Amino acid sequence: MRIYEYIYEAKERAFPFSLRDVWLGLGQEEPVEHFTPISSLIGGGLIGLSAVLLMLLSGRIAGISGITSGLLSLKWSADTPWRLAFVVGLIAAPLALMAAGQKPEITFVASLPVMVLAGFVVGFGTVLGGGCTSGHGVCGIARLSPRSIIATLIFMAFGIATVFVVRHVLSGG
Amino acid sequence: MKRILAGLFAGAVFGAGLSISGLINPAKVNAFLDVAGNWDPSLAFVMLGAVAVTAIGYRLVWKRERPLLETVFSLPTRRDIDGNLLAGAALFGIGWGLAGVCPGPALAGLGFGATATLVFVAAMIAGMIAARQFGGFPERLKSRDGTGADARV
Repeated sequence: MRIYEYIYEAKERAFPFSLRDVWLGLGQEEPVEHFTPISSLIGGGLIGLSAVLLMLLSGRIAGISGITSGLLSLKWSADTPWRLAFVVGLIAAPLALMAAGQKPEITFVASLPVMVLAGFVVGFGTVLGGGCTSGHGVCGIARLSPRSIIATLIFMAFGIATVFVVRHVLSGG
Repeated sequence: MKRILAGLFAGAVFGAGLSISGLINPAKVNAFLDVAGNWDPSLAFVMLGAVAVTAIGYRLVWKRERPLLETVFSLPTRRDIDGNLLAGAALFGIGWGLAGVCPGPALAGLGFGATATLVFVAAMIAGMIAARQFGGFPERLKSRDGTGADARV
């Protein structure tokens, strides 16, 4: 018997309700995703192109958490206008693609209370750690920044571990 | 004005990339992180495409003396691994695993108006403000020529 099956059985004896229901919301099915290497590679290339454009034009790193948190200081700075414009473009592009018939699929995996918890932790963690998937994961790795390489390895590992615990240990999947 | 348009354009290309790549979809992000379940490796291709283009593009851009619209490249210069970096990345990873959402896709999905996205972004902003109070992020980083331009990452 694998150790997490044992933990799951102990959990079931103590709390006979499903934590999967707490996570996904009651009665929600887990969606099944399909491998999309081509569109993912093209979309990733566009993300890279955006980072290169921002460096070529403005000499800035395209880090979303940095851009967002920079907007949260109530002082108006020289960076405020382009940051606002970046966020406007970020929100508008998926809508424009939808208008052109390319509606992205968006399926949520967490219930609203979990979204609140996760959102807070993501906001806190990205500001504390100085970057997220874009600033560390894309721009930082491309710059070969040791901080970004370490940060990316850590948030990937914790993301994988969290999904493993929630889906397989606590939910017995 | 040109700087604003540069931001708008870069943001739009970024948003299109998030949408086309599938990164905007929390279920797909979760399926990527679920290595022990029905693993969907698509997001590795997103990372591959993004890092490859950025790594090559940055090096071409840095051959220039300065960006087109500014006088200096504003790049992070810190190389030390500190506790805030480690703890912050770990917390971010936990939240990313729970919701399948990171800051870019959260904002990019706002236009579709889903309650879950709105709730996530509101909580994310609260978390960012809390972390700024706690002392994260807004350190001034030196630009490449050492003039101290305001760059964050």
